[in-house]
Amino acid sequence: MAALINVPAKAKRGDVIEIRTLTSHIMETGFRHTADGALVPRDIITSFTCRYNGTEVFRADLFPAIAANPYLSFFTVAKESGKFEFEWIGDNGYSSTASASITVE
Amino acid sequence: MPTTRRQFLSIAGGATVAGTIPIVTLRPLEATPAMLSTAIRNVVGEAQIHTGKVKLDIPPLVENGNTVPVTVSVASPMTATDYVKSIHVFNEKNPQPNIGNFYLNPSSGRAQVSTRMRLADTQKVVAIARMSDDTFWQVAADIVVTLAACTEEMN
Repeated sequence: MAALINVPAKAKRGDVIEIRTLTSHIMETGFRHTADGALVPRDIITSFTCRYNGTEVFRADLFPAIAANPYLSFFTVAKESGKFEFEWIGDNGYSSTASASITVE
Repeated sequence: MPTTRRQFLSIAGGATVAGTIPIVTLRPLEATPAMLSTAIRNVVGEAQIHTGKVKLDIPPLVENGNTVPVTVSVASPMTATDYVKSIHVFNEKNPQPNIGNFYLNPSSGRAQVSTRMRLADTQKVVAIARMSDDTFWQVAADIVVTLAACTEEMN
């Protein structure tokens, strides 16, 4: 699935950088009904993880109260050049990944 | 036999009582303040919750509850010995009291998280931070929502 990742391409060693992620997902709450009264089953992303060269730097548990197309922004210290890997896991076996690289000087 | 005033009142009173029961049992689907405190206790346990250190950035008046920007920041040096372990965000009146749990570590550099949430009603939002010394700090914000999210009909 499509994801938008915003990681600075370059950073100085020790800088605190902001990472912003947006992924497309309906985040169906499981509390809504169709016009004829049937409950729409829950379908949400429940977990997000960010790894920096293999080490987990940020993790989040998401609930139905997170808006559709979950947006998350957080910070980390730029330590070394390498790769950020992002993973979204959700209901009905949903799984999606994305990655971004950074050059640290 | 003409209906007496006493009979009329007892019938009318009975109808009112019968009418209110379904209203009570069919209360709107929402978390109660009790559910909010239970959800908070699930995270915090028996620990004392202090007020302060945490800042909750939400527009005080929200037109559309379907997507409400929220930023939580915690005053912390984020060093190896003094950092924020996790941030938990709760609400009072959505069908569920949880919004999100965010786990940080010393390499986060800055204890700040942003996301977008849904709010079903005008209500209170609570953010709690767990520090590396396992103390808990909280802040609450009151949000006015004009268009509710979560439980509307699907078209």
